[in-house]
Amino acid sequence: MSSINLTVNGHAHAVDVDPATPLLYVLSDDLQLRGPKFGCGLGQCGACTVIANGRTIRSCVTPIGTVKGAEITTLEGLGSVDRPHPIQQAFIDEQAAQCGFCLSGVILEAKALVDSNPNPSDRDIQQALSNVLCRCFVHTRMLRAIKRYAREKRP
Amino acid sequence: MSALSRREFLQATGALIVSYSSASILAPLAWGQGPFDTHASHVDPRQLDSWIAVAADGTVTAYTGKCELGQGMLTAQSQLVAEELSVPLERVRLIQCDTDLCPDQGTTSGSQSSPVNFNDRNLAQAAATAREALLGLAATRLGASVAELTIADGTITAASDKTKRVTYGELVAGRKFNLPLSTTARRKSAGEWKVLGKPVMRLDMAAMVTAQFEYVHNVHLPGMLHGRVVRPPRLGATLIDVDESSVRDIAGVVKVVTRKNFVGVVAERQSQAAQAAQQLRVRWSGGGNLPPQNEFYARLRSLKPSRDTLVVDSKDVDAKLAQATSVIKSTYLHPYQAHASIGASCAVADVRDGKATVWSPTQSVYPTRSGVAMLLGLPPESVHVIFTRGSGCYGLNAADTVSYDAALLSHAVSRPVRVQLTRKDEFISESYGHAYVIDQRIGIDREGTIVAWDYEAWWSSLGFRPGYDKPGNVITGFLAGFESERVTAQPAAEVATFQNRINPAPSYVAGCVGGKCGGAGKVRSERVIAHTVPSPFFTGPLRAPSRVQNTFAHESFMDEAAAHVKADPVAYRLRHLRDERLIEVVKQAAKTAGWDARPSPRRITRGSVASGRGIACVAYSGDNGYVATVAEVEVDRTTGHVRVKRFVVAHDCGPISNPDGLKNQIEGGTLQGMSRALGEEVTWDAENVTSIDWGTYNSLPLGFEVPVVESVLVNRAGVPATGAGETAITVVAAAIGNAIFDATGARIREVPFTAERIKAALITKKHRLAAYAP
Repeated sequence: MSSINLTVNGHAHAVDVDPATPLLYVLSDDLQLRGPKFGCGLGQCGACTVIANGRTIRSCVTPIGTVKGAEITTLEGLGSVDRPHPIQQAFIDEQAAQCGFCLSGVILEAKALVDSNPNPSDRDIQQALSNVLCRCFVHTRMLRAIKRYAREKRP
Repeated sequence: MSALSRREFLQATGALIVSYSSASILAPLAWGQGPFDTHASHVDPRQLDSWIAVAADGTVTAYTGKCELGQGMLTAQSQLVAEELSVPLERVRLIQCDTDLCPDQGTTSGSQSSPVNFNDRNLAQAAATAREALLGLAATRLGASVAELTIADGTITAASDKTKRVTYGELVAGRKFNLPLSTTARRKSAGEWKVLGKPVMRLDMAAMVTAQFEYVHNVHLPGMLHGRVVRPPRLGATLIDVDESSVRDIAGVVKVVTRKNFVGVVAERQSQAAQAAQQLRVRWSGGGNLPPQNEFYARLRSLKPSRDTLVVDSKDVDAKLAQATSVIKSTYLHPYQAHASIGASCAVADVRDGKATVWSPTQSVYPTRSGVAMLLGLPPESVHVIFTRGSGCYGLNAADTVSYDAALLSHAVSRPVRVQLTRKDEFISESYGHAYVIDQRIGIDREGTIVAWDYEAWWSSLGFRPGYDKPGNVITGFLAGFESERVTAQPAAEVATFQNRINPAPSYVAGCVGGKCGGAGKVRSERVIAHTVPSPFFTGPLRAPSRVQNTFAHESFMDEAAAHVKADPVAYRLRHLRDERLIEVVKQAAKTAGWDARPSPRRITRGSVASGRGIACVAYSGDNGYVATVAEVEVDRTTGHVRVKRFVVAHDCGPISNPDGLKNQIEGGTLQGMSRALGEEVTWDAENVTSIDWGTYNSLPLGFEVPVVESVLVNRAGVPATGAGETAITVVAAAIGNAIFDATGARIREVPFTAERIKAALITKKHRLAAYAP
């Protein structure tokens, strides 16, 4: 056990856990965040995705010891029901979910893509989401929402 | 999170309709299947107060036994209540599937409870009953006749004197309805709808996309521990012993729990439980011995015992086939497929002092209540199951079994326990969609018309939904010592009425029994028999259960018949159909797709990429939704890779409650069907299942070339609403397979249509053509 500092959605936390503990368990069990979810525990599906120091990572296979001091943003860190982030608003506008369990992976990977590539082609989006699953297959709506976000973000 | 009693809950929300009898639990017999389709419980479904409560501030609380699984039921049911009660949608609060609060409505399953199939009974009838009761109360209060009262926004006004008005809140304050549910309360017609029929946005959407929504994975209780399970390494292995000292070095381990062949661990932290489950030394005996997968289909036909079901038999099929100008025959194969939910299942249980509370993602809260009660040796009234959403289930994933896991582990430590299955646990703990072998023969006369259709299937089954008294139907209950429902020998009985509930009969047969014809088609020489045989794996309903498999076989084979007589696949279907609604969706799909009428396959083109189109249709369960889908594909003849470019789906489910919700179901169902058709298959070796993660079970990710999905909604007022959650997926494999045939001339008779399989079919076809070349 050791004390590990990290900043999550702008709030500083110190957690006393084994550094090998997957980041996901700290976020969901200790900090009781609802964004990152356990999908596979293998880094294959994207449901546990968070942004750490500006990059998307799979929190289920990230030992917390490797993200000491990191700035972490989860899906709830982007916006709220009253003030959703523009990409969250785009998903609401397109009604782009069914069960909603996959959304951390879909929205955060898409946001990371559009933030670095404001005018992504279909191929770019495919590439960025090649390791993200949605088993309800809301694909058509999600792709529309991502394009809407990119379109509305451009000046 | 605390579980409020119904009484506390109503007080907390300001509702004043509280007192009801919580007498002893009645036997969970289905009663009143006729008007209300509910089961008796302490929340009496015959009483209006069991369904609807109006608070002093006019808020309407509705209690439902059908829950939101991601399919839009929360929104559709809220619309329904708002519509029947003439209140704004925002004023409706829906309480879903809590065994302390809600009536017992059995299981929420796709075909019966899709966004459009909740209109006719139960909650809607309760809301209509409440509206009429409120009108009666208002008439007395205002000194007016009911006939001159109008309702808007939960306020009742007299037409003759607009100052005479009263709100719902004022009317019921301090009182309960104390009325039985009326079977005659007038339901609003689709023409009167103001809230229903509109593309209302999902009420839970903003909470989901901003991660405020609480899934069962997010339930936290004070003092909660974490549990993991250890499943047998070989299917059917039994427990010899566990060596508890093997996990002694792991901090935080609270207990190793065994119950017959069930093994689990409980620890303070999730990571400790995970490590303990991995590290625990367990000795198992026996098990495995699974049949080789490559011989499995061949074996299915000879498996015993066999439970045989005859759906229709005109008794002249063999004679008609013998007289036919030509007879074609084919065998179609469909593998076990997994629900493969994106979230590995999770549940939380708190079992202490002879009482149990379970937060469960189950589709069946009351059956889960009795299953947990049986596992723990408690009376059902001591068990409280609270539906808490998990990830999309699409049927019997591991939601029920993980609820049992949590109950067993919490029981062993008398503290709340959250159980998270691993990805592998999920894949080996769920109940797969059935594997099928389907033999068919069609006889064709001189004019090219089908004169006889012979269908015979073998499908494998073990367990099913646990229901109220069979916890052994899913793996945890079985491991803990309960029996599973097994196939017993049963010869086919004479057919009394034509029942096409799981679609064994193709849409083209007339379905004539005792002078009555219940089929959607015209072929009168017909025989449909299915043999249910034992399965080595647990099986259960997977979205459009058995219909996906059967319709793949029927609609592909229909295409073979059309190709045999060189007829256009759309025209040939229409020629053999008589159900007007099915005919209409076929026509609509073809029209919208710009169907190029000609026989398949198309003329072979040069170049490696061939394109084609295919159609498939179904009358779901015979009369529970109508769909026709056109698929347009490109096939790379060198690699065998299929790219679907476009789907056009024409859909008729009666009056549409929420067009956008329906489209979401159609789009999702179609693409899920595509993933299942192109890649999904449960695999195994001699010991156990080997498709255990996303590297070994092939789901299409978000990053593939997503086809266009165009929905054509046929909206019909004046007919009963039907299912819509399972219709679209049912026809996808056949539509794609028929398009592949159109493009290449190669017929793929086995799901999934992997690139290797398509390549092999193309090579075989080439050889066959070469052999016949002059």
